[in-house]
Amino acid sequence: MLTLRILSRNPSAAAGGGILAVMVCMALLAGVLAPYEPVEINLSERLQGPGADHWFGTDEMGRDIFSRIMYGARISLRIGFFVVAIAGGLGALIGATAGYLGGWVDNLMMRVMDVIISFPSLVLAMALAAAMGPSLNNAILAVAFVMIPKFARMVRGEALAVREMPFVLASRVAGAGHAWIILRHILPNCLNSVIVLATLTLGDAILIAASLSFIGLGAQPPMPEWGAMISVGRKFLMDQWWYATFPGLFILFTVVGFNILGDALRDVLDPRIRR
Amino acid sequence: MKLPGRFLMTLLLYVLRRLAYMAPVLLGVTVLAFLISHAIPGDPAQLIAGPKASRETVENIRRTHGLDQPLPAQYWRFLHGLSQGDLGVSIRSHRPVLEDIRDYLPATLELTLASLLLCLGLGIPLGILAAVKRNTVVDHLTRVFSVIGVSTPVFWLGLMLLLVFYRHLGWLPGSGRLDVTMAAPLRITGMYTVDALLAGDWQALRNAASHLLLPAFCLSYVYLAIITRIVRSSMIAVLGQDYIVTARANGLSEARVVLKHAFKNSLIPTVTIVGLSFGELMGGAILTETIFSWPGMGKYVVDSVNYLDFPAIMGFTLMVSLAYVCVNLAVDVLYAAINPTIRY
Repeated sequence: MLTLRILSRNPSAAAGGGILAVMVCMALLAGVLAPYEPVEINLSERLQGPGADHWFGTDEMGRDIFSRIMYGARISLRIGFFVVAIAGGLGALIGATAGYLGGWVDNLMMRVMDVIISFPSLVLAMALAAAMGPSLNNAILAVAFVMIPKFARMVRGEALAVREMPFVLASRVAGAGHAWIILRHILPNCLNSVIVLATLTLGDAILIAASLSFIGLGAQPPMPEWGAMISVGRKFLMDQWWYATFPGLFILFTVVGFNILGDALRDVLDPRIRR
Repeated sequence: MKLPGRFLMTLLLYVLRRLAYMAPVLLGVTVLAFLISHAIPGDPAQLIAGPKASRETVENIRRTHGLDQPLPAQYWRFLHGLSQGDLGVSIRSHRPVLEDIRDYLPATLELTLASLLLCLGLGIPLGILAAVKRNTVVDHLTRVFSVIGVSTPVFWLGLMLLLVFYRHLGWLPGSGRLDVTMAAPLRITGMYTVDALLAGDWQALRNAASHLLLPAFCLSYVYLAIITRIVRSSMIAVLGQDYIVTARANGLSEARVVLKHAFKNSLIPTVTIVGLSFGELMGGAILTETIFSWPGMGKYVVDSVNYLDFPAIMGFTLMVSLAYVCVNLAVDVLYAAINPTIRY
């Protein structure tokens, strides 16, 4: 509650939150608000410029780009959410286990994380997505895999401090097992940092997944995914500027929203860097 | 005072220690790359032989490539080939992947180096400006600029640049490294701008540079934002220190205080970021080269993706990652050389 109150007084948090609220509304209400069906083909109206009937114009199949962008918000937010849930969940578990247990387990786990981090993220995500076969779900898994070390490294650092706290020692003396301590004591105490990192990672996840769709490894047409729309819209760039322009603007807005909200959350939740 | 010989000795020991630490990571990189290339759907022997090959041919390929052996044996074979520069044969071009990469590397190198120059050339002055004019309109504007920078999809930015500077204004060419009517300068480095400069061919230089400008700016934009923020925050930290107050109190001009005393010490974080952004630049190059039809490794790998040419994809991935690890080692060494107080 305190967090929310501090956040509401922070103008950049309000701006980020506002942008994201619009995106979430778009995603939730796409079925009600979108003027057309996202995959409805209408060849007589193909490649029309923005106007009263089609605010953002139409694509080569005569589909309404505004409606497709609204439905696309569902896909992009879902991608971001799943990537962060998978990467954050696994990364936090790995980090907490490594930090709490220490010794060879810590060493082994962190060296594996070092190996993953040795690949540039888009390059590794691309190789993984290519190996698993082009589809949206595989792209989500590939991006999540690449993001695991971020969470693992951060949570490990926190776990190293938490495991020395008296209540952990007390729990151990009371006979609690390692799994219980990791799940009940270590992880909950790392939650704030995980939330901050998750918010900041959401933007990155959406960007990388859209990049994969753009090179043909993520969502496949005719799915109204923003990156995939730009990929097709590129062929029409010189004469139908609106096709690739609008989906890109929405990727930009969404990622800006997550980034400024994440920065504001970090200022509030992470006491080490609170200004 | 430390003798230069002793300083070099400690530096050498430090490099050796770093190398020892790097070895398992490098080995891990090869293991992961090997595992990914074995996770591909379908039969790799069939993939190499092509869809129309007879069963006998496929079996033959399986045997000659050692694909019928257990996984550890295959990994050993892969590692052995790697140590001799063998990255496999591209399914698409039927040439060794290493040869393909060697052909495409100079274009990518030219693009990434130009981007890096732009990043530093614009990012450092902007960062200094934002730090000196802290909490003014200038500072807020650079903040907005950098938030947008890290949030912009590179491939979309490239398209928008093309739309404005090529389609509407007609100021810059839209694709390739040179006009089609123009002959490439005599190959020395393979980087057209450098080769034209070395040969004194000004017309080719102007043409190559005009082709380079848009993709280089597109690729640099994201890191420009990051470098601006890093320079800003390290400048602010340095400007608050006692020796800066002393320098000012001694009556030094503000320009001298900022540029000579403060900036030098804020360089260290910038050097680290340059190393880290190498990987991101390679990722960005994949997208930028695709947009601007820039015939480099990035475009090569995207074309390979569309062809499901796995040896080429994995060869690229492996080479880039090995280079990434080495660049970061080099940065760490540079870091230790610049600042003798840093010893891990």
